[in-house]
Parts: sequence; structure tokens; C-alpha cells
Amino acid sequence: MKPVFMRYTKNDIINFVVLLVIGFLVVPNFIQSDYWYTSILLPWLCLTLAALGQNIVMGYTGQLSLGAAGFMCAGAYACYNMMLRIQDMPFLGALVLSGLIAAGLGIIFGLPSLRIRGIYLMVATLASQFFIVWVIDKFGWFKNYDVSGSTTFQKIFISGVAFTNGKMMYLLVLAIVIVLTLLAINMARGSTGRNWMAVRDMDIAAESMGVSLLKTKLQAFAINAFLCGISGVLYTYTYLKSAEPFAAFNISLSFKIMFMAIIGGLGTISGAFIGAAFILLFPVVLNAIGNNVFHGMIDATIISSIEQVVFGGLIITLMIFEPLGFAKLWETLKQKVIKTKS
Amino acid sequence: MPLKKKSIKAKKKKSMVDNRKFKIGKPILEVKNISLSFGGVKAITNISFNVLKHEIRAIIGPNGAGKSSMLNCINGIYKPQEGKVILNGEEIKPITPNIMSQKGISRTFQNLALFKRMSVLDNILVGRKLHTKSNFFEVAFQFPRALKEEKFNREKCEEIIKFLEIENIKNTEVGKLPYGLQKKVELGRALATEAPILLLDEPMAGMNVEEKRDMCRFILKVNDELGTTIVLIEHDMGVVMDISDRVVVLDYGKIIGDDIPDVVRADQKVIDAYLGVAHG
Repeated sequence: MKPVFMRYTKNDIINFVVLLVIGFLVVPNFIQSDYWYTSILLPWLCLTLAALGQNIVMGYTGQLSLGAAGFMCAGAYACYNMMLRIQDMPFLGALVLSGLIAAGLGIIFGLPSLRIRGIYLMVATLASQFFIVWVIDKFGWFKNYDVSGSTTFQKIFISGVAFTNGKMMYLLVLAIVIVLTLLAINMARGSTGRNWMAVRDMDIAAESMGVSLLKTKLQAFAINAFLCGISGVLYTYTYLKSAEPFAAFNISLSFKIMFMAIIGGLGTISGAFIGAAFILLFPVVLNAIGNNVFHGMIDATIISSIEQVVFGGLIITLMIFEPLGFAKLWETLKQKVIKTKS
Repeated sequence: MPLKKKSIKAKKKKSMVDNRKFKIGKPILEVKNISLSFGGVKAITNISFNVLKHEIRAIIGPNGAGKSSMLNCINGIYKPQEGKVILNGEEIKPITPNIMSQKGISRTFQNLALFKRMSVLDNILVGRKLHTKSNFFEVAFQFPRALKEEKFNREKCEEIIKFLEIENIKNTEVGKLPYGLQKKVELGRALATEAPILLLDEPMAGMNVEEKRDMCRFILKVNDELGTTIVLIEHDMGVVMDISDRVVVLDYGKIIGDDIPDVVRADQKVIDAYLGVAHG
């Protein structure tokens, strides 16, 4: 298909406009309850960003990494300290700077990727998970010596406008996610993305074509950490609002983000969105079904255990039948529909 | 073995050489006293030869003779214990695949090293890496330079795809293609670099006669029209004798012959290496 605007095809633009309309017009007008914004849409959008980063480093560049929560933590506390210590620090400025700080850390913790690969690299990248969170917890300065151990993050004001209620925060986070996703799509489809995938598929050949392994791998780690850092800021500022480093950014969050990338579909952008939705929302859906259908019949604790079993079973089934994740499943379905139509 | 003057003269008598657009010139690539061993196993022992500008140079030899190791040494995938590689009269040090690609050496691999999950077009586009100057930031924000480069690179790759007659598969995932086509794609990727020197490691292995003929045609055409210097490893003697200007013969990591095809073919040592000698 021929690109009509920059490098986007007609289909891309139609999809984009439809999603914009849904995101900015349909959702805010139809959903009024704060619950939907604060406990479903916001964490979904925030973690989508982290899953996107994870997908870039793992799905596109093929470097197994497991430390997304560490970079999220770094981003969140970088932003907290900038907002706290620098007068009149604009939130968006602090947001981008926190992302950059996280990116710097990403480069440092991505260094092992130059020597080791595969599952061993994953273990090495765990360092970011443990080290960053430990440092922030250990040195009181980062938490402004709060005796309770937890940190209450500031309220968001952008040029005088308060982003405190669910809907406003949703609109802000959505705008940021859209911008970053567009940038990610541009990179993934352009020469940058080709370099990533070349390194993933056959590193020796990539090197012989002039792709620098060092640069490409570290670039992917930096972009991953940047997205995770931004995700961490948004996650804490809009969703958690107050957090303890060890409790909020534990290893299970890192695992969750990795699963989002895998289940959504490695090496796809849409996979991050679908994967995050599945991992976050499906337990909620199962919970609702369990409570409504089996209410009173079975003990509540058993229902919640059954939910876990069903959830795990679904993941296994999906991985067996479609190892490339939901994004691939969606593509195949679309192809089938087009085929039957014509 | 130093190049014999006689052999070049003999070659020039052939009419094929005379109407070449790019006349064979001075040595562009020289390897000097290269020795490579893996632990106690000596893969290559003290090999020296040169490649002249615009020629097609073949490296032949029985299995395990060290042909691929030789290319890997030139390209920097293996680090030889001794010896040097001289490119355009300048010794290259250190030799890594990356540096060599920047210096203008592109290659294909014996066992196919394609990017399996990318499309044919994307694979070939990776070959344009050294002609892409825009960084990830420019790509992310779609700066004019990035857009312009992308458009230009795509046009170049379309040309190569057309040249190799693989237009019908350009959007197919490479891993799903049959072997012969994958070899073509790999050649396309090497061509996309526009490197003055191409190292082809068994470009025709596993192909049928027709595919081989096509491949020969492409190689000759590239050499003829673009003046690309080609170093190739090949097992098919007929092909080697037909298309190459000069041949190096390796056996057990040593050079046993280095001359024009006709002379090599008649050389008793070469015949022995290929057919085996009755001992005692």
C-alpha cells in the first residue's frame, strides 16, 4: 500500500482517527463513573507504555530483559524529587527528564547484553529491578525522609489546570500515550526498527551489514527504560498516588509487564495495548462473572482461586495455539474476514 | 604464490575480457600470511593471495579446506592469529565485521544468515544501513531527512528486487521462502550495501541447474555493470571455471594453486586434491 501522508497509509490514518475519536470523544462522554477511570483505564494506559518498552527491547531487539519495574521506580522518584526540589518545575518537563534519567540507567543496566544473551541476560537485567528499588528505599533522600516510608506524589498541575479527577488524568495520560506510541511506531517501521529486528534475527549478519550491535542494543535498552520511566511517573502520579518503593515496584510487576508483551504479541506495537488489557482487565472480568454467577453458591475464596486457575489456563491455551500472541490472532482473524468477504 | 604475468596475458586474449566496461585493475584486497587455528586444529596456514579490482576471484577446495574460514577472516568474524588484510593498500586493524562493512566489504553466508522474521524488502533494506545517516530521533519524529532517506532507500531496494526478479515475493516473510530464493534475497541484501567488494560464500549451494544459471547471470551482471569485485566460494567446478577470472585452490588450509581457471584445471595437485590420490 502506498503511503499518503509521511509514511502512513490510508488505513493507518483511518485507524488512527477512529481510535482518537473513541479515546477523546466517546469514552469521556459515555463513561462518567470515576471507578472506570481510576482503576481500569489509567493503570491500563500506564502499564501499556511499560509493555511497549518491554516489547521494543524483547520483541523487536530480541534481548530478554526483566527489570521494567526498576526503571518505572527510577522514573517515578526522579519526577517526585524534581517536582519537590526545583521551584516552578513544569510537570511535563519533569516527566521527560525522568524518562531521560531512566534511559540513562537503562543504558547502564543494558550493558550486560553486549556479552551475554538469552535467559542469562534476563537474570543479569534483574539487577535493575533489585538495585534501583533498593537504592531508592535505602537512602531516605529520595523519599524526602518521609518517616512513614511511603511517598505521597504531588498533584499534577499543567499551566494552572489541575489534573486531579479521573477524567482529566485519563485525558492527559491518553495524550502522552498516543504521542509516545506514534513515536514508537515511526521507529519500529523505519530504519531504527529494521536495525533492531536485524539484531534479533541474526546478529552476525546485521554486523556485517554495518549495524552496530553495541549501539543498537543499548539504544533499545535506553528506549525501553525511557518508556518505563514515563510509565512509572504516570503510574504513580495518576493511579497509585502514594507508594512505597518495595511494595509498588516489586518483581511481580516486572513479570506482569513481561507477560503483557509476550501475550500481546512480541514484535508488535498493538500487542502492548492488547496484552496490558488482557493481563489487567481479565481478572476483573472473571471476578465480576464469578461474583455475579456463582454468588452465594460457592465460597468467595474458592471463587477467587478458580479465577486464577481459569486465567492461567487461558494463558496456556493462547500460548499453545498462538505463540505470537493476541496481535497475531487479531491479524489472522482480520485476514479471514477479508477472505470470506471477497 | 605470486601472480604470474603470463596468466593475465593469457586471460586478456579472451574476447570476453576485452569488452568489459571495468577493466581489471590493481590489487584491491590482499591477504598476507594469514594463519588461523582453533585450539590445536589448524584451519588456515600461512595463506597469501590478492584480489584485483573488478575481477571475479574464486576460492575452491574440498570440504574442510578452510575456504569459509578464509572469508570469515577477511570479514572479521574470525580473528586470525597471524597475518594481515590489506584493503586498497592500507592495512586494516582491528578487523571486525562492522569495520569491514564500513570499508566496503559486503558478504553473504554459507548457511544463510537472513533476518528470518522480516520481509524480503525489509531484509534488503537493512543492507542500506550504511547509506542511512538519520538517527533514531530523526526517525521517531519523521524529520525530512529521515523521510527522504527512507524513500530513496526503498527506491534503491525496489531496483535490486527488480534486478533479481523477485518482485512477486517482496513482502513475504523470508523464513517462509524456499532455499534458492533465500539465497537470492541474501545476494540482494549484499548488493544493497553498494560495497565495492562482495564476498559470496557458496552462492549456488543447493540450487538446481536453472537457479544456478540465474545466479551466475546475476553475479556476472553485477560484476559487469557495477564493476563490483567479487570473491566467491563455489563447489560447482563448471560454474567456477566459467565465471571466474582467477582461482585460488585450498586444501587442508594451504594454497595448492592460484591461477586462471584453465591452468588450475590442468594442475595435477588440484586434480589430486579433488579426486584423491592412490597412495603407495
